Amino acid sequence: MTPTSLPDLRGLTLAERILSVRSGSRVRAGELVVVSVDQVMVVDSVAPSVIARIENDLGGRVRNPERVTFVLDHVAPAANVEVATAQADARRYARERGIRIFDVGRGICHQVLMEEGLIQPGGVVLGSDSHSTTYGAVSCFGTGMGATDVALSAASGRTWLKVPETVVVKLTGERPVGVSAKDVALTVVRELTAEGATYSSLEFHGAEDFTLSERMTLANLAVEAGAKVGLVPPSGEVLEGFSVPEWLVVDPDAAYVRVLELNLGALTPVVAAPSSVDNVHPLSGFSGVRVDQVFVGTCTNGRLDDLHTVADILRGQRVADGTRLLVIPASSRVLQDAAADGTLTTLLAAGAVFGTPGCGPCMGRHMGVLAPSEVCVSTSNRNFVGRMGSSEAQIFLASPAVAALTALTGFLAAPQPEPVVA
Amino acid sequence: MPRVWQFGDSINTDDILPGKYAPFMVGEDEFHRYAFAHLRPEFAAEVRPGDLLVGGRNWGLGSSREYAPQALKTLQVGAVIAESFARIHFRNLLNLGIPAFTSETVPDALRDGDTVSFDLAAGTIARGDEVFGLEPPPAFLQEALKEGSILAFYQKYGRFPGEGAKRAPNRQPS
Ligand code: SF4
Repeated sequence: MTPTSLPDLRGLTLAERILSVRSGSRVRAGELVVVSVDQVMVVDSVAPSVIARIENDLGGRVRNPERVTFVLDHVAPAANVEVATAQADARRYARERGIRIFDVGRGICHQVLMEEGLIQPGGVVLGSDSHSTTYGAVSCFGTGMGATDVALSAASGRTWLKVPETVVVKLTGERPVGVSAKDVALTVVRELTAEGATYSSLEFHGAEDFTLSERMTLANLAVEAGAKVGLVPPSGEVLEGFSVPEWLVVDPDAAYVRVLELNLGALTPVVAAPSSVDNVHPLSGFSGVRVDQVFVGTCTNGRLDDLHTVADILRGQRVADGTRLLVIPASSRVLQDAAADGTLTTLLAAGAVFGTPGCGPCMGRHMGVLAPSEVCVSTSNRNFVGRMGSSEAQIFLASPAVAALTALTGFLAAPQPEPVVA
Repeated sequence: MPRVWQFGDSINTDDILPGKYAPFMVGEDEFHRYAFAHLRPEFAAEVRPGDLLVGGRNWGLGSSREYAPQALKTLQVGAVIAESFARIHFRNLLNLGIPAFTSETVPDALRDGDTVSFDLAAGTIARGDEVFGLEPPPAFLQEALKEGSILAFYQKYGRFPGEGAKRAPNRQPS
């Protein structure tokens, strides 16, 4: 696109910039716009409703099949006949319509779309999954919607959006050793609360030092504060690895509804205790909690760097007796890379159990659900009652480092353990 | 004349339509009869087409189930006015053609059982001589609501409101 065709973007937030460029005219928070969509992502569990909507209510037409992607990841491989049937239907429909499909084992939707280059800075992507905010890691306007919206987008190639107001999280200071992007993200959710950014775009300023994977963790958890989209301005790894349009920058005159300052230097490792994501506390308060299952995986923290963190802590040691360590790489590529660089061997030697790349037990449907009274430390993003199985089980959300140390000791453990007096 | 139904804060989609009365449990033609079955058991029998539903903060939180707003649609609710809405439910309402208004002041001013008149296009509610102003729906929604809903509009014209005969530019990020 030539710069001359750009609308006036002065004083606009990142979300306003993306939607202005996309709609071809300057738009501000609160306005409704209709914009084209680069990708409509549909996961296995929602595919049947989306297909039914397209066929029954929208004339059976998919406008740009190459911009629709199905991913079979939430219950993959299928756990029962119903799921298997839904997945078979999705496969057949995708084949008939020329829709791209990533089948069982390729990995979690958000991870796979990023790896496949389907997510680009400044783009607009809709997903049938709430954590589609993950695409904001590269400043792509990614947001989750329900089956009707997703079907309407697949049929039309477009969607309607209310341009969101913006809440800025301003990160300052240096992250201490042992404080991960997950700790930062959980602390942000605690500060904003679970509804503190409802409808809003969450912009993360000061994340220049964060890797792409760490940015994905931040953007992934934005939705847990209610945000519609979580945008990390392009810098570092994103500038190097992606083509970033010139206009995709933070404007010093942009207007924000709220700015939350967070001094990284003051952060400590945290957990989100049962049973809400904003119930975030320093880890030190939970050191006596015995843990039955440690789950490393999901779209929040199932990437290669997360597996490296866990392997570095476990190398040469064994998982504590009475504790299970379940590792589910976020994608087949993560699994292959972990196999190639020896991470897999290290983890297997430590006693880790591996699952097929995908969502695993994150949603409590299969591959590691919890019994009543069991306690799980998970690197995922939701710890609601019953999320991973029994409604009497307890889920603590934590970083991969906390997960690994917990697996070693059998108790919730921090990366920098306080000296133990013998 | 429409009457006002006051519901207060944090009305979730289970309040609007309890899960056990989902269409697949009680039938496609029946489920709307269970709207607010726990909270206001008289509601479904007494609500009249055009009545206004008023809530406080975070109307429609919880499950993204579309049959909750669908029940309100079948009962021909005139509009929902709340201090704020849960995002997915807000979209569901508009996609199905139920006008949804956000207002900090109007929900507080209206009382349960008030009889009012309601002008959708102007965004005004009148109770006797008192007139309450809502921000009128954007042109986009007014156009969609004329056809019933955003979905209905798209089905009829093959485009979204405001796109005109000419397609919106299908821009790609450069
Ligand atoms: S890993 Fe968990 S949070 Fe992520 S898409 Fe899958 S089920 Fe959702």
